[in-house]
Amino acid sequence: MAEATVGGVRVRPLAGRSGLRRWAQRKSTVAFFMALPLIALISLLVVYPAFYSMYLATLNKSMQRFVGLGNFGFLFRRSTFWLVVEQSVIFAVSAVIFKALIGFIVAHFVHNIPAKGQRKWRGMLLVPWVIPPAMSTLAWLWLFDPSYSAFNWIFAHIGIPRVAWLGDPAWARFSVILVNIWYGAPFFLIMYLAALKSVPEQLYEAAAIDGANWWQKLWYVTLPMMRNIISITVLFSLIVTFANFDIVKVLTNGGPVDYTHVFATWAFLIGIQGNDIPLGATISLFMFPILGTAAIFILRGITKRGNEA
Amino acid sequence: MAASSVTRRTLLKTTALATAGVIGAPYVRGAYAAGKVTCGFWDHWVPGANNTLTKLCKEWGEKEKVEVDIDYITSIGEKNTMTIAAEGQARSGHDILQHPTWYPADYAEQLEPMDDLMQKLISEHGEVSKVVEYLGKVKGRWVAVPATTGSQVKNPCGRIDLLKQHAGLDVVKMYPAGADPDKALADSWTWDAFLAAAEKCAKAGYPFGMPLGTTTDAVDWVGAVFAAHGAQLVNEKGDITVKSDATKQVLEWFKKLVPNLPPEVFAWDDAGNNKWLVAGKGALIMNPPSAWAVAKRDNIKVAEQCWHFDAPKGPKGRYAPGLPYYWAVWSFSPNKAAAKSLLAHLSTRSSVEQLVAASGGYDIPAFQKLRDFKTWEDEAPPKGTLYNYPPKHDQIVSIAVSPAPPKIANQAYTQATLTKMVARCTQQGESIDSTIAWASQELEGFMRT
Repeated sequence: MAEATVGGVRVRPLAGRSGLRRWAQRKSTVAFFMALPLIALISLLVVYPAFYSMYLATLNKSMQRFVGLGNFGFLFRRSTFWLVVEQSVIFAVSAVIFKALIGFIVAHFVHNIPAKGQRKWRGMLLVPWVIPPAMSTLAWLWLFDPSYSAFNWIFAHIGIPRVAWLGDPAWARFSVILVNIWYGAPFFLIMYLAALKSVPEQLYEAAAIDGANWWQKLWYVTLPMMRNIISITVLFSLIVTFANFDIVKVLTNGGPVDYTHVFATWAFLIGIQGNDIPLGATISLFMFPILGTAAIFILRGITKRGNEA
Repeated sequence: MAASSVTRRTLLKTTALATAGVIGAPYVRGAYAAGKVTCGFWDHWVPGANNTLTKLCKEWGEKEKVEVDIDYITSIGEKNTMTIAAEGQARSGHDILQHPTWYPADYAEQLEPMDDLMQKLISEHGEVSKVVEYLGKVKGRWVAVPATTGSQVKNPCGRIDLLKQHAGLDVVKMYPAGADPDKALADSWTWDAFLAAAEKCAKAGYPFGMPLGTTTDAVDWVGAVFAAHGAQLVNEKGDITVKSDATKQVLEWFKKLVPNLPPEVFAWDDAGNNKWLVAGKGALIMNPPSAWAVAKRDNIKVAEQCWHFDAPKGPKGRYAPGLPYYWAVWSFSPNKAAAKSLLAHLSTRSSVEQLVAASGGYDIPAFQKLRDFKTWEDEAPPKGTLYNYPPKHDQIVSIAVSPAPPKIANQAYTQATLTKMVARCTQQGESIDSTIAWASQELEGFMRT
């Protein structure tokens, strides 16, 4: 390292100290330290419980003996488990599809409202997403109440037969999905609205000059420009919907005859209420491979399109 | 550095004087010199019931010079059971924790034995029912003390007027207040008579409100019907015994009953039957007096017509659905002796009487000699409606899925295997044989150790 002369005194730079200073001043280092509290929090609240539940899943019911993958094998032989898998997939996939569709359509409507009145519509449409789901689901419970349903009261007045919203397996599945859509669609709406606003107007002008109709503008301009945000939103919503607990717990408690249980509610029933914590942990872990596979495919598509760009 | 002025001699002198001062000083006993006991009690439904429990604990604390710290933990959202699970996992928490029905058996290895205290209480207050022993005594050892607060039975609460008018049942004459039951009428009060009354009341537009969902009210009364017919899912040795004529007989009985119930009973939670009675829509439910207490507040006309009486009997006896609660002390508690002393205080006749009064008669003490309090005679309207609420006469208090070993029974109870069986062969239209085959497969899964 070169030596410098300062005021006639030769100064030899301290290689270690300046290296450390440079490292500390690097943007990535600063970013890391700023994110450190969050990393620590996630490690404490997510990573540790995740590994602990993996450990629990390898124990027997009384948590005194290691059983390896025995709990997983046990679940594969239970018909109720496969019913829960079926319901979780139906619940998450159909809810995400409808949330995405409704969010996409309403985002277009809101986008076309003049800027002056748009803010109040945006605010109003976000209300379902802002209310804590445990509270809003209680309101839905009253609407679907087995004996005093507000919907059935209206139906009775217009001559439509009563519907067993929460008592019939098919209707109960429909009800929990409907509430999830109601709660989650505003999230898609706001994300898609932000994406729509970022599509350059010139692209639509160019498409119009080329003679494109509304469908062609949507298919060849809007959708390609929104593809990444759609993928990320779908992935995020899929994760949250698969892990849903409160809507099913409040509305149906998994009934009738287990037809509305999802992984989280069934894991709670077995693990906490039934006091079989290892089996409850095993059930909750089943979400991980399903969501992991979905995440890999969706994120791979995003990366691929990013590289193409 | 300046030289220290403390010499070896002055140090010794000062230390000696200080020690003498400490020893010679008068001992000032603090208000809580004997330490602290932390309690996690169930948060009672009945307004004001917690205050009496707090008062009793404070009384004991002042007498024993122990600080008592109480948390009232609600069972809404399973907060109480989650607290038990968390404290059991962490091996840390309250000294005394109230355990619902199945939990003492599940956590038996982590609970302090209570044989000494139970021996004393039984000698003072008489025997406890079989169900209290079944749930609280594990491998011959008491692991918890039966709690007064929260313990309940779910016997019929019927409308005097509707049952008399539409079913010809005089429930007040059958189970009068302050006297023994009318033997002839009580003997004819069977599950078949119940079915006949349910049919008549349904035809009159007042169907019985019998829940068939997955919550405890539903499981409890269905369990009593199974027990009264001798139908067991699993026997006391842990063998699966669901494939039996008795089970078939019970399911046949339910096939006749369900068309006479409101169709929404499969979706009811524990509030469904209460609302049904309070709204004046039904002639009978099976519940603790909480439904009647709400009716007193919200619909006095209904409350005035409510009468609590014994469960119907079946070929194997008259079974009352019971749900005992327990007070348990963790084995890792640092204050076991003080905790046991507090539980002894809460289990005295005077304390139990105060707790029962504070709950308006809702709480049922486990001990035989503690079921004669005035509260049940005095509560009104109508006067004496609760006289027959504490189990007596020929009733056998039981819990659904007993006598299966508690760790197996808990699984079947929590997962509502009984009501799901009923739903399958009625609402879902499955055959009785395939319902029993399904139940058998479920039960095999509950045998995990």
